Amino acid sequence: MWQVGHTLIPNLTRVRGGKIVNPKVRITNLMTHAILLAYSFVVIYPLYIMVITSFKTNLEVMTKPFGLPQSINLSGYETVLLQTNFLIYYRNSIMVTVVSLLLIIVVSTLASYALGRYEFRGNKLIYFFFLAGMMIPIRLGVLNLFQIFQSLNLFDNLLALILIYTAMGIPFSVFIITAFVKQIPKEMLEAAQIDGCNDWQILIRIYLPLLRPAIATSAIYHFIPIWNDFYFPLIFIKSDALKTVPLGTAIFFGQFQTDWPTVFAALTVAVIPAIIFYLIMSKQFIKGLTAGAVKG
Amino acid sequence: MAKKRTRYGIILYLLPAVILYTLFMAYPLIMSLGMSLYEWNGYGPMSFVGLENFKRLLFVEPFNARFFNALTNNFKLFAYTTLFQNVVALFLAVLLTKKLRGTDFYRTIYFMPVTLSVLIVGFIWTLILNPTWGVLNKGLELIGLVNLAKPWLGDPNLALPVIAYVNSWQFIGLPIMMFVAGIRAIPEELFEAARIDGCNEWHVFRNITLPGLMPIIGLVMILTVVGNFSSFEIIYAMAGTMAGPNYATDVLGTLFYRTAFSATSAQPSMGMGAAIAVFMFVIICFGVASWSYIDSKFNKS
Repeated sequence: MWQVGHTLIPNLTRVRGGKIVNPKVRITNLMTHAILLAYSFVVIYPLYIMVITSFKTNLEVMTKPFGLPQSINLSGYETVLLQTNFLIYYRNSIMVTVVSLLLIIVVSTLASYALGRYEFRGNKLIYFFFLAGMMIPIRLGVLNLFQIFQSLNLFDNLLALILIYTAMGIPFSVFIITAFVKQIPKEMLEAAQIDGCNDWQILIRIYLPLLRPAIATSAIYHFIPIWNDFYFPLIFIKSDALKTVPLGTAIFFGQFQTDWPTVFAALTVAVIPAIIFYLIMSKQFIKGLTAGAVKG
Repeated sequence: MAKKRTRYGIILYLLPAVILYTLFMAYPLIMSLGMSLYEWNGYGPMSFVGLENFKRLLFVEPFNARFFNALTNNFKLFAYTTLFQNVVALFLAVLLTKKLRGTDFYRTIYFMPVTLSVLIVGFIWTLILNPTWGVLNKGLELIGLVNLAKPWLGDPNLALPVIAYVNSWQFIGLPIMMFVAGIRAIPEELFEAARIDGCNEWHVFRNITLPGLMPIIGLVMILTVVGNFSSFEIIYAMAGTMAGPNYATDVLGTLFYRTAFSATSAQPSMGMGAAIAVFMFVIICFGVASWSYIDSKFNKS
């Protein structure tokens, strides 16, 4: 008790940013923190339960659902990593995501360079054609994609996913990169042209370094929906060796539903890398995804 | 000569993006909606049937019952999401914009589930909500509130709001961040003036924060419409493709999937599926159009 008083009293009159914090403000601040902390708990707790349960035994799940496991039981993880194709699902997800993001960035940067740098007939028209795709979910086009991939023989092929994700990523990327291209002062071009650079060299040497923030935003913005997509793999991927992490997890969930530690181990394996990636780059993620939402 | 070369250059730069976007997004979208005028089971020839699919969807049993049920549920999902996600987000955003330490920490936490897979979030919650072994009911038992323990996903009256809550739990970070940005954009003098005039917190919120946030609130609502009317994964994960119990959680996205791809009731009918997609498309376009209208009005004033 003494300690509470000891720490509280000097704080009541502490000068913060030139303003004196009065006791009433201090109490509301404490209440605000209490609410915000409580909500943090609401967010974290389910994920905590997932990780904790994955280390329990089946018996512990039933008898002690809340406490920490007595000893760390890794049998769930053994089942997930050794008896299933989870590592292959990971490889597929990484491949599809990396290739799609690279394609999105390359084709969108090229198109944005043309749209942002040059005035030509049809410029506005093409720009709005791209923009029209920004708010419409591509899954509404799945029926015809079904036909297209049937006739191209791309059923049960990761290339089908890559093509869909690339098309889906183009509108927002063109939007954000074109805006950046337009901001680059024309004087920089003229200087480069005098030095004898052609259009291609100007793009690579002058524009590309300056476009990096826009390219990063677009990559982060598309990473999440592509990495997490379940819809298109569900419809287009059939063989186990081609499943992505969400689709593999769904099948696994159906098969092992009664073996909780194993199911939670699978869910943990499926989300922890994404969470770590997010925690390392949370500022960029929040900025990129919010910008996408606001501008989309 | 130089000019001609530039023109070829422009075409070459544009071509890859135009081809990929047209072939795998614009064209499939239009053709899929157009498929609503045909009868097709996924293989073999398509036959033109005019507006037959729409007629069946709106007037013929049992299709119309399923369709209107899904449509109603979709509007309910929207209402629940507005309440559980957007209203709560607004409250938390107001708290986060008070001059406090550690708001970065809270924002990082609140945003985290946004980056996770909808499907996996659905699975995690399905296990937490499990009526016999789930942590939620066990916890209620532990604190003596055993009467509140429910078969959360098995009760037709509870399943949809519970799923809406899980969806809100995951995505609340987005509206929070948008509201925080919106509140920060309101000039600080307005808040100070109001406080000097002796306004209490509620009055400040009612007279300054809320009017200043109107454009952002509009945008958040539109994004909620787009998200809700194309949702599928969360229902699939928590209630299955049959969207049980007894279709209580069926939305247009799940009805579309069942109609077009799975032969649970009858032959899969891509044409009927396309007709459902047309309704989803119209609702989403209506949302987007009304947002552009509101936005342009706000930008003028």
